Amino acid sequence: MNASLGLLQVMKEIRRSRSIMVSGGILVFVAALAVIGPFVSPHSYLTTDFDGRFIGPTLSNFHLFGTDDLGRDLFVRSLLGGRITLLVAIVASIVSLVIGVAYGAVAGYVGGRIDAVMMRAVDALYALPFIFLVILLMVVFERNFLLIFVAIGAINWLDMARIVRGQTISLKQREFIDAAKIIGVPAWRIIFRHITPNLLGVVVVYVTLTIPQAVLVESFLSFLGLGIQEPQTSLGALVNGGVSQMEQAPYLLLIPALLLAAILLCFNFLGDGLRDVLDPRQESA
Amino acid sequence: MSLLEVSALSISYPGSAPVLERLSFAVEKGQSLGLVGESGSGKTQTALAIMGLLPANAKASGKVVFDCSELLGEPEEMLNRYRTRRMGMVFQDPMSALNPYVRIGDQLNRISIEHKLVSDDEAYDRSLEMLRLVGLPDVERQFRSYPHQLSGGMRQRVMIAAALIGEPDLLIADEPTTALDVTVQAQILGLLRELKDKLNTALLLITHDMGVVAGNCEHMLVLKDGKLIEKGMTRQIFAEPAYAYTRSMLAAARRSDLLPQSRERPVNEQTSALEIQGIAVSYAVPGERRSRRKLGAVRELSMTIAPGETVALVGESGSGKTSLARAIVGLLPVQNGSMTLLGKPLGGTVETRPNALRRDLQMVFQDPAGSLNPAMRVDDIITEPLTVHDPDKLKSNREELVTAMLQRVGLDALLARRFPHELSGGQAQRVAIARALVLSPKILICDEAVAALDGSVRQDILKLLRAEQERSGLSLLFITHDLATVRQISHRVVVMYLGRLCELADTKSLFASPKHPYTKALLDAVPVADPGVGIIVTSELGETPSMLQPPSGCVFHPRCPYSVSRCSEELPVLHHFDNNSAACHRAAELDL
Repeated sequence: MNASLGLLQVMKEIRRSRSIMVSGGILVFVAALAVIGPFVSPHSYLTTDFDGRFIGPTLSNFHLFGTDDLGRDLFVRSLLGGRITLLVAIVASIVSLVIGVAYGAVAGYVGGRIDAVMMRAVDALYALPFIFLVILLMVVFERNFLLIFVAIGAINWLDMARIVRGQTISLKQREFIDAAKIIGVPAWRIIFRHITPNLLGVVVVYVTLTIPQAVLVESFLSFLGLGIQEPQTSLGALVNGGVSQMEQAPYLLLIPALLLAAILLCFNFLGDGLRDVLDPRQESA
Repeated sequence: MSLLEVSALSISYPGSAPVLERLSFAVEKGQSLGLVGESGSGKTQTALAIMGLLPANAKASGKVVFDCSELLGEPEEMLNRYRTRRMGMVFQDPMSALNPYVRIGDQLNRISIEHKLVSDDEAYDRSLEMLRLVGLPDVERQFRSYPHQLSGGMRQRVMIAAALIGEPDLLIADEPTTALDVTVQAQILGLLRELKDKLNTALLLITHDMGVVAGNCEHMLVLKDGKLIEKGMTRQIFAEPAYAYTRSMLAAARRSDLLPQSRERPVNEQTSALEIQGIAVSYAVPGERRSRRKLGAVRELSMTIAPGETVALVGESGSGKTSLARAIVGLLPVQNGSMTLLGKPLGGTVETRPNALRRDLQMVFQDPAGSLNPAMRVDDIITEPLTVHDPDKLKSNREELVTAMLQRVGLDALLARRFPHELSGGQAQRVAIARALVLSPKILICDEAVAALDGSVRQDILKLLRAEQERSGLSLLFITHDLATVRQISHRVVVMYLGRLCELADTKSLFASPKHPYTKALLDAVPVADPGVGIIVTSELGETPSMLQPPSGCVFHPRCPYSVSRCSEELPVLHHFDNNSAACHRAAELDL
């Protein structure tokens, strides 16, 4: 069924869904590894070793993924990159979630002229060439972490706002909203107490599907050299570095690329699985 | 050999109790059999099993033998030889049973062609013939219309035509009139009877309404929770029901039919709780927002409700009764006229009204599940009005308050932490009532509040509402299309038709001596739960005209058997009698 299911029932459905359990499990494992791994490894992401450049993946000396052109341990750097990538994904999603849900719910609920103005504003923002905007931001301001989060969140919330608005408009016509109005519940309370909780199903699904988008954008920016800066790294930056060493040491490209692909696939499967459980309109049985 | 023999039919779904247990019955050629039960009794499942339409995850066992061939569990190709040619089915909701994108004529043609009933060239004639048979007016034009362009009654006629096009030996009708208005219901039931005799078709009529069975079926079965309770001749079962359950179902049907519990009006004529003066409610015509055309849902309607009084608002779909209710609570703007609540003017929409006015006026909706927020728990739902109006009272003793409210509406305190989907329909409606009552309103508007509930649950809710009224002197505006409910609960009745008031009367005199021909037609159309009474042939009323082009003069005149030329020219005013007022030119002279 849908978001109206009790939490317990949703949990039961989730546990039954193989795609959610497998992809969720992998993501948790990767996240845990990304957080703990760098502390466990004897190597640091910074230490260069000019005697140990381009060592292939090996168990000796704990260079599990080998070393790069500067002799830095790829295992630690991949985990560090994964950490940044996941962080970007999550922060960007939260930004898009908060802005998108609030904006969309207000526009949809209030309706009329205000809705029209708010949604035309969204259309106008859509029309801006985003990458150009980000490049401009990066050039004008210092390149930093925060800016990437803000920039990525700033595109994602547009989609979220549209989806939430559409859902709100259909929820608004339900009788329990009429009932709330008759009771005298003020509009802000109707939006946050009656509309928003019922959007949960759709929003959760959509967030898990925007995360890969955010990851991709970050990787793309890093690949262009606009994202995370050395010696910090992200999976996108590692792939970028790997490309230039492709002939000499293909594992420098393959390992981060596979890791990135795995994360993206897991989020996509997670989103699809959650949609099957939470979103009534996509029923597949 | 019987035409259809069902033996030991059991149906179950994984993870739940069986929906049908070892049901056996037979239908003879040309016989009419009524299958009666409340929702969840397994009656629809039986029909689906016979037609081979059970969902894939259903487990069915037993035998369904149609004319010496076993049908249960047979492959589609085999079943298709029986569908249409030997068995036809009419569903409850004709709108969802017809394909909305295909012209009705083409839908009928397809059936004939698919089943090779006639050659492709003859399909058109065959379809026309069927549409004529089911009494569709202006057949050539209707042939090319889409389902949404027809009224509910006409759609159901098309469904019947589709079910009978292969001249089947058995017609299964699953609640064929439940979604229709009473006057239309009478017409459709009449049509089924007529066609059954004409074509000598056996009829399996599935219904929850004892009245429908009484007038239409020689034999009947009573189902409860998937088990057969009673079977036999309808006459006999009505005369001497053997089981308590049948007795209570009959009593519920009869109580409303034969024993009007007319209620004394509270004597307090000076003050009125709610007074409505000539209000009008209209919508922009859908799809024509730019044009100035308006759909007048309620026109020049005046009425009052005294403190502690129950007024029933009766009318068929499209009569404007729900629009009136929504205008009173302020969900719809009022174009004209005025309303006062306990002497204070009641204007604007609900957003602009002061809190004090809002808390005195509460509403209970038809669909209990839809009117409760699925993401909130019962206790939060019940206390929400207080968090808005009286947060201090809530802070100190929230728990006791919730328990007390749940008890007041007859619910266990354990339900407080449940979500709405974990409640039954009756329980959910009680929660909705508790939410409305927690503010101690002066007026409670019930919009078809019991229409979605089964007979016994319905009685309980009506009892609860009456008890609340006696306890707190609440006024009730009870909107319904069901006259049986009206008798039980109301002091006075307002009858609406196409947005206008037809008759306003004390409940007793409305049923005993209606003054408006429309009221009379409504009363006659209600099926009587007594096979001895036989069939009252109601005058053919024809179809309800469109709200977009309401008839001139008296809006009822095109369907009125008593209309004279004046009726189409002049709008009738309200004529007052002892206990009735009727908006009819001939109210005084007619003896209805």
